[in-house]
Amino acid sequence: MLEVKDVEKSFGGLKAVAGCTLSVQEGTITGLIGPNGAGKTTLFNIITGFLKPDKGEISFNGKRIDGLAPHQIYARKIYRTFQITREFAQMTVLENLMIMPYQQIGERIWNTWFRPKAVLMQEKEIKEKALEVLEFVELIELKDEYAGSLSGGQKKLLEIARSLMADPKLVLLDEPGAGINKTLMKKLVTKIEMLREERNITFLLIEHDMDLVMSLCNPVIVMSEGKKLAEGLPDEIKRNPQVLEAYLGGQYR
Amino acid sequence: MEFSGILSYVVSLAIMAGIYAIFCLGLNIQWGYTGLFNIGIAGFFCIGAYTSAMITTPMPSGIYAQYVHQIFGLNLPFIFGLLGAAIVCGIIALLIGIPTLRLGEDYLAIATLGIAETIRLIFNNEQWLANGPRGLMDMPQPFHNLVSPQNYNYIYLVITIIAMIIIYMAIEKAIRSPWGRVLRAIREDEGSASMSGKDIFNFKMQSLIFGSMVMGIGGALYAHYTKAISPSVFTPLYGTFIIWVMLMAGGSGNNKGAILGAYVIWGIWVGTKFVTDFLPYTLQSRAPYIRFLIIGILLEIILLYRPQGLMGEEKRISKLID
Repeated sequence: MLEVKDVEKSFGGLKAVAGCTLSVQEGTITGLIGPNGAGKTTLFNIITGFLKPDKGEISFNGKRIDGLAPHQIYARKIYRTFQITREFAQMTVLENLMIMPYQQIGERIWNTWFRPKAVLMQEKEIKEKALEVLEFVELIELKDEYAGSLSGGQKKLLEIARSLMADPKLVLLDEPGAGINKTLMKKLVTKIEMLREERNITFLLIEHDMDLVMSLCNPVIVMSEGKKLAEGLPDEIKRNPQVLEAYLGGQYR
Repeated sequence: MEFSGILSYVVSLAIMAGIYAIFCLGLNIQWGYTGLFNIGIAGFFCIGAYTSAMITTPMPSGIYAQYVHQIFGLNLPFIFGLLGAAIVCGIIALLIGIPTLRLGEDYLAIATLGIAETIRLIFNNEQWLANGPRGLMDMPQPFHNLVSPQNYNYIYLVITIIAMIIIYMAIEKAIRSPWGRVLRAIREDEGSASMSGKDIFNFKMQSLIFGSMVMGIGGALYAHYTKAISPSVFTPLYGTFIIWVMLMAGGSGNNKGAILGAYVIWGIWVGTKFVTDFLPYTLQSRAPYIRFLIIGILLEIILLYRPQGLMGEEKRISKLID
């Protein structure tokens, strides 16, 4: 579904991504792990158009997507979340969801003046959908709160909710489990699994919490020093000596 | 001062405050909702005023032509002046936006600041364009033959308020729709808005152009009110700074606040003139600076103790749905 081929990206003298090649199969929850500085987030930034690769190709369902801007990536039905959640703080939870649908009628300024009925109709539909999604992630009571006033864990759930509104085929999650407690983590895991099964959404997720990776992801891809080091089932990865060397510094051998 | 004198003073105050309110509404689109740091309002003020002046006045002829130079004079009705001012300001905004809006917000600030001064200096130095430092005069006033000249301000007050209300309603409608929601998202987090499928450059451009067109109308209304404009009017102090103070005071991100701020600050600005008139003669010449100092201190106080302004942003902006 997603093919990354020989992608390179340098910042000054530092090669953050150095000839990375990997692919994500449709219908999987693929884990992307690796030590800090392995280039995982940079790779996410390249895939979603926040950075342009120096070299290499990225294609999604057979079509080249490298070099596109983030909003064009979104139009290809790829969505991502950020390591540190980036909600629209001074907007309500509901608005954070309602903004998501692509090219709404009311986003064209003259439509707001000359076609108010069409805008209103679509707003109602979008609101219905947003409420459903909020119900699903169990944030419905907070719908009129400022997104900025949510707790860290709630913000993670909000990110999931926002990605659902985007109606994506592939979602890249950057450390969805960082900074949230075990209970919420379990909730998150169930939601992600449900989404894969019921809506056939493919996930690629960066995570440092090994429990989460091992229970949720299949397959797991390991990155180190800007390229793919290994790929396999969670159990294989756990036992792969190269991975232990790179990721754990070898102390568990 | 007798009663009618006070009344006419209040009316002229209300007209100027109304014109400033229109600038505030324009700035509110750009800064209050989109986070675009335009510190060159004076440039759009200037272009709007001159454009409308030249659209509505005839080309100087006969003996006048020796003393008054202007690049064109179309002698069209007032309303064409307003529309022309809006269109020309929109084009200028587009030209400024193309190179700067893809960059960080500081670049827009630098560009607008520089371009506003450049515009003023061009009008000051290029005689052929709009009569250089002497400026233009005798812009027509609509419906001036209905009442005697000393009562004309009442009519102009109504015109200003009608213009203000139409602009207010147009902005409100757009801001409370998905269009405004996208602008606010861009203000909150550009990257995240971009990942939410919004073409950031496009929306910022629309915001910059729309806001600048509103400012152009403000400039045009000013020109026809004073009936005399010259480049010395459009300084950063009167043309930009005081408008920022008004918006901060009234409430950035709230259109009613923008209007309220304009009236309050203009009231204080004019009110302090009365006070400084009582100062000894030697200090009176420095009074304008003292008044600006007061406005500056006021801004500090607002930012420290009531950063959201008199009326902050509302929580529920979209009123489209229940």
